[in-house]
Amino acid sequence: MNTTLEQAIGQSQHRSLLSRIMSYQVFWVFLAALIACVTLSLVTDTFATERNLFNVTRNFAFVAIIAIGMTTVIASGGIDLSVGASVVLSAVVVGMVMAAGYPFWLAAAAAIGAVLLVGFVNGILIAYVGMPPFVVTLGMLSFARSIALVLSNNKMIYEFGPDQDLLLWIGGGSTFGIPHPLIVMVILAFVMGFVFKWTAWGQHVFAIGGNENAAILTGIPVPMVKVSVYMFSAFTAGITGILMAGWLGGVTTNLGTAMELTVIAAAVIGGANLAGGEGSAFGAVIGALLIEVIRNSLILLGISTFWQGAFIGSFIVLAVAFDRIQKLRGQE
Amino acid sequence: MAERLRLTGIGKHFGAIRALHAVSLSIEEGQVLGLMGDNGAGKSTLVKIIAGNFRPSEGEIHLDGEMRDFHHPRDAQNAGIEIVYQDLALCDNLTAASNVFLGRELKRRTGPVRIIDYKTMHRRAGELFAQLKSETRPRDIVRKMSGGQRQAVAIARTLLADAKVVLMDEPTAAISVRQVAEVLELIRRLRDRGITVILISHRMPDVFAVSDRIAVLRRGELVADKATIDSSPEEVTGLITGAIESA
Ligand SMILES: Nc1ncnc2c1ncn2[C@@H]1O[C@H](COP(=O)(O)OP(=O)(O)OP(=O)(O)O)[C@@H](O)[C@H]1O
Ligand SMILES: [Mg+2]
Repeated sequence: MNTTLEQAIGQSQHRSLLSRIMSYQVFWVFLAALIACVTLSLVTDTFATERNLFNVTRNFAFVAIIAIGMTTVIASGGIDLSVGASVVLSAVVVGMVMAAGYPFWLAAAAAIGAVLLVGFVNGILIAYVGMPPFVVTLGMLSFARSIALVLSNNKMIYEFGPDQDLLLWIGGGSTFGIPHPLIVMVILAFVMGFVFKWTAWGQHVFAIGGNENAAILTGIPVPMVKVSVYMFSAFTAGITGILMAGWLGGVTTNLGTAMELTVIAAAVIGGANLAGGEGSAFGAVIGALLIEVIRNSLILLGISTFWQGAFIGSFIVLAVAFDRIQKLRGQE
Repeated sequence: MAERLRLTGIGKHFGAIRALHAVSLSIEEGQVLGLMGDNGAGKSTLVKIIAGNFRPSEGEIHLDGEMRDFHHPRDAQNAGIEIVYQDLALCDNLTAASNVFLGRELKRRTGPVRIIDYKTMHRRAGELFAQLKSETRPRDIVRKMSGGQRQAVAIARTLLADAKVVLMDEPTAAISVRQVAEVLELIRRLRDRGITVILISHRMPDVFAVSDRIAVLRRGELVADKATIDSSPEEVTGLITGAIESA
């Protein structure tokens, strides 16, 4: 009796690897991106060039870095619309502090400090005051972008003082032929993939997204975890702001405009569930990759980039539909 | 037997709502108390106060003769009080083992960081489910589980903590008849280990099957507290509805 029960338990754990993999949305998105890449390299002779791949990887790294932060927020059951504003705030702060003659590291610390404050205020209003994340971060989107305008007086920043070369190298340079933003993205993805699975904080983020009430009842410090989640999301936006400033070699105040939408799309396409409790760092990266590949392919194929939104929109709906189908199958 | 838990004059207000008023109760080691009452009578509120989710507006809680003032569920957990919630309070998106250990994950050190020790958690959770004779698998996602399996997960949490007092809010509400029998059997097993159980249930047969004593709340007040053998389902029904004033 006991052995049969244990056998039954043992057997059902060995559900075939293939069927497990196929139940992951990330797998299908990865497949779609891969097919797009292969098709493009066959159909066009411009896609698989070093120059183009360099651009693609760097562009998608910016979205992917923030999408990892956004995935964390979404996994906790929230949303952060203020990331695009944090990008420009960070870029303006780093630019202005450097232009004033201070070293890069000090400027970067100031920029990160500024966006951490943005995340902290978001988190406090959401976790302790109990306001809806959508409203709080929408307000912050407007507020932080406005602060960036005030600070820079809406002037482009293109002189970065004594450390200018360092900034341009950090954002626009590469090591071993790999663009720096991509290196940052890979490190962040591995670290967060690890943190989500192997740390109590990661488990608690997903627990809160799964059932916030249960998380509270089991004694998890839910408000503190939530504040940390919004600060982390702002942090990823801040890092991106600094990298983008270096990449562009100048900071304009329209930087990061509407970026929150692309980032949320990347997270959702990568399997983050807007209802909370699901998502992965790897998924965020793959989601961002698919979006960038689509954008790039439209350009290379000479199709109007106005179509990009239609594709991304369809993918978001497809991703959510995929999730619904999985749920329905699970209920059978 | 020794007194385990004593409540004196417990009251609780939510703004203008008086959820509990002057509730006094005393429960011994290894006793099962059936707590009954109509919807909104204050049963869950009372249990949540004991578990440290709410602080009482008035009154005192003594555990093993010592006065306790819980500010946080973790305070009550540390004192040996565990609760199985009405809505089970499980995270559907996590595995059975993760739910059992939620908020008290086992860690192990690798290099400079302390990471979650899934291997030990899965083994321990498996042992607990085996003790419960439940077919719940530690690695399964809770979303896909039956009502009985979910119940096992929630109850395994209390076993894990080696509790002195287990509070159960409607443990048999969402499960099949066969599973009800399992849960009642489990309550007896907890009792045999000297654990004090407070069982909230609307199901008269369940309460009469396992409880040593029955307490009835009506609109926040304790209207009865007596040995199960001295009572009857008819009397309890009367007490719940108010047809019988008190007993
Ligand atoms: N967090 C809260 N805030 C405000 N009022 C509350 C809260 N929790 C409970 N109440 C109120 O306190 C009263 C008692 O509720 P409680 O949940 O304890 O009842 P119950 O006996 O458990 O009912 P049920 O059988 O439906 O579970 C109700 O009037 C309820 O609306
Ligand atoms: Mg209740």
